[in-house]
Amino acid sequence: MSSTAAGVAAPIDAARTPADRRHINRLGLFVALGGITMLFAAFTSAYIVRSGGGDWAALELPPVLWMSTALIAASSLTLELARRAFRRGSLPSFRSWSAATAALGTGFLASQYAAWLSLNEAGIYLQSHPKSSFFFVLTGVHAVHLLAGVLALLALFGLAAAGRLVPGRSDAPTLTAIYWHFVGGLWIYLLAVLSLLG
Amino acid sequence: MEHEKQGFVSRYIFSFDHKMIGKQYFTLAMSMGFIGGILAVLIRLQLGFPSQPFPFLENLFPVGMASGIMTPEFYVSLFTMHGTIMVFFLLSLLPVSGFGNFLIPLQIGARDMAFPFLNMLSFWTVVPGAIIIIISFFVEGGAAASGWTAYPPLSAIRSAIPGSDLGQTLWLVGMIFFVASFTMGGLNFVVTILNLRTKGLRMMRMPLTTWAQFIVGILGLLSFPALAAGALLLTFDRSLGTSFFLPAGIFIGDTLMPHEGGTPLLWQHLFWFLGHPEVYIIMLPAMGFTSDILATFCRRPIFGYRSMVYAIWAIGTLSFLVWGHHMFVSGMSPFLGSLFVVTTLAIAIPSAVKAFNWLFTIARAKIHFTSASLFGLGVVSLFVTGGLTGIFLGTNATDIQLHDTYFVVGHFHFIMAGAGLFGAFGAVYYWYPKMFGRMLSERLGKIHFWITFVAYYAVFFPMHYLGVSGMMRRIYDPNVYEYLQPLQPVNLFITISAFVLFAGQLLFIYNYFVSMRRGAPATANPWNSAGLEWSTPAYPGHGNWEGEIPPAHRWPYDYSEPGKKRDFTPQWEA
Repeated sequence: MSSTAAGVAAPIDAARTPADRRHINRLGLFVALGGITMLFAAFTSAYIVRSGGGDWAALELPPVLWMSTALIAASSLTLELARRAFRRGSLPSFRSWSAATAALGTGFLASQYAAWLSLNEAGIYLQSHPKSSFFFVLTGVHAVHLLAGVLALLALFGLAAAGRLVPGRSDAPTLTAIYWHFVGGLWIYLLAVLSLLG
Repeated sequence: MEHEKQGFVSRYIFSFDHKMIGKQYFTLAMSMGFIGGILAVLIRLQLGFPSQPFPFLENLFPVGMASGIMTPEFYVSLFTMHGTIMVFFLLSLLPVSGFGNFLIPLQIGARDMAFPFLNMLSFWTVVPGAIIIIISFFVEGGAAASGWTAYPPLSAIRSAIPGSDLGQTLWLVGMIFFVASFTMGGLNFVVTILNLRTKGLRMMRMPLTTWAQFIVGILGLLSFPALAAGALLLTFDRSLGTSFFLPAGIFIGDTLMPHEGGTPLLWQHLFWFLGHPEVYIIMLPAMGFTSDILATFCRRPIFGYRSMVYAIWAIGTLSFLVWGHHMFVSGMSPFLGSLFVVTTLAIAIPSAVKAFNWLFTIARAKIHFTSASLFGLGVVSLFVTGGLTGIFLGTNATDIQLHDTYFVVGHFHFIMAGAGLFGAFGAVYYWYPKMFGRMLSERLGKIHFWITFVAYYAVFFPMHYLGVSGMMRRIYDPNVYEYLQPLQPVNLFITISAFVLFAGQLLFIYNYFVSMRRGAPATANPWNSAGLEWSTPAYPGHGNWEGEIPPAHRWPYDYSEPGKKRDFTPQWEA
């Protein structure tokens, strides 16, 4: 056990081997994704129940959402390219692709923001009617999760720049990619709920 | 494992060691439990002596007990916060976050949890939550007052009652911290148990305590997000003018609220989708502790280990399918109600499997009556009592009569609160030597048990009678109804018993803190237990085992094998 600079005793890694550690991290991520899935399952069930109410009104989804969808789909692609580059051991290429992914993710957030603004311009706000309330809640909570992904990508980029990512050893790119694809898939799901249900 | 000098901060405050984190949770949970107990005493004070003045209390609660008489608003806050604090901050934190963290690595042979940093983070996330919950008593309007279930519209309209304003906001904020902490903990439990078991420790060789914590981790991860979703929507209704839970036509005084179309039932569905698994999050660890304790002190293998494991699975799964039984009187379709009756009564099957297995473990055994085993037997007793009254509440035909009466209060204080609490006490008496390297006073422990056991029945058993007689839950002064006035002596009896129950807990707190310093030094395995956690040194350091981690050669219940000289074979011996 060693002490870090802050005088805090370092944690003991209970994993016996690096492969063990990798397995643990991945399982931890999947379990966390299970929790996030339940969060959105709860929102969905609330959405379905509330859509039976007498004041439910249709909501024309802003077309800019297709742009969001294209951006997030592209970002999953670039992240896969980043991951392949990392597997090949080509760190510069990995850095550019992961930076591109972060940029596309930020673009997605900007595009979502544009969608909110366009609704506001049309006079539709969070409290206007139940569907608009759900629209803002679902896209908002999703955006928070995507923002976490962007921060993870930036951290990844920083680690790579500091030379602390070792191809063949570090699993952080794969973990980030799993999370990123999940949040992307979640968006497709939410889009389907918002456009098909109610 | 080498022990370097650690500073106070890294050892006691920002520790990564699962044992220290577990003990931090103990301290927090016991403090919160103490406060929750004081709230209970105040509730009973009002019910035992309705609206009588206690001038000295005005000094402590200048608003809530102005001129020494409790205000109805204060009373409502008291039972709301009593429920919130006890359910989440004592009965979830102590057995799950406390014992889960402390025991899982020791019982499965791991040096620490899978994610030590996340573990520390989860503790320091729940601390602000606890502080916010306590602070909410001191804001204008007082603490939240919509019950621990926070039903809208009371919880959703800020101007509804004094507690609906800032107090309810702080309640929601505090709960969000709690949910975040608890889900982080659950994640750690599941991953640790699946990945870090020592050599030879197949899943079906795990102690039932660890099995329970494993299922609890899954239940927490799957159910708490529903509460998080509900809490977010509720916050929006409160502050941002949405109408998720609020229907049209609500008047507060003469003011018509702007909401329309929402339904409070939606909140109830979301809340109870969490709320019912939460009951088993509290119960399952207590069942695990009881199994481990009874096997040890009966010197018997636990009866029906396999069926115990399947029962834990069955209870965990069914707990997601029964939430509607909290809503029988909400106007749900009787057909749907019947479905919830069927799933609810189905839980009686795995529950009975557990109760009978305990009874078969005890039957004709030479029980060593220690404080731990007494509390273990207490769990069995409370669980059976509470389980039997549960049948009346789980059946919609009888529940319609009993709903929202003291019958319900009596029931859940037996099965959830009581069994959970007794399980936690038993666990503290049993594992204390491993926690602090010293023994608790057995003499004080036994006195504590008998006071607690007798007083517990004296408090909660008569409540069934009150409920059947029609005394409603949450009532501030039953004497306003003529037909409840004859019940006043029963309420007085309950109140006096509750004071005794509370006083008895001071013995435990004294024993717990004084024995840390003055208790007799413990040996590594003071109870001659067979579980892997007892293979560690008397006071294990960071990393738990000094040399190699011992492999598991058997299950942890090899007691009194015929033909062997010793009456137990430890799990770590071939």
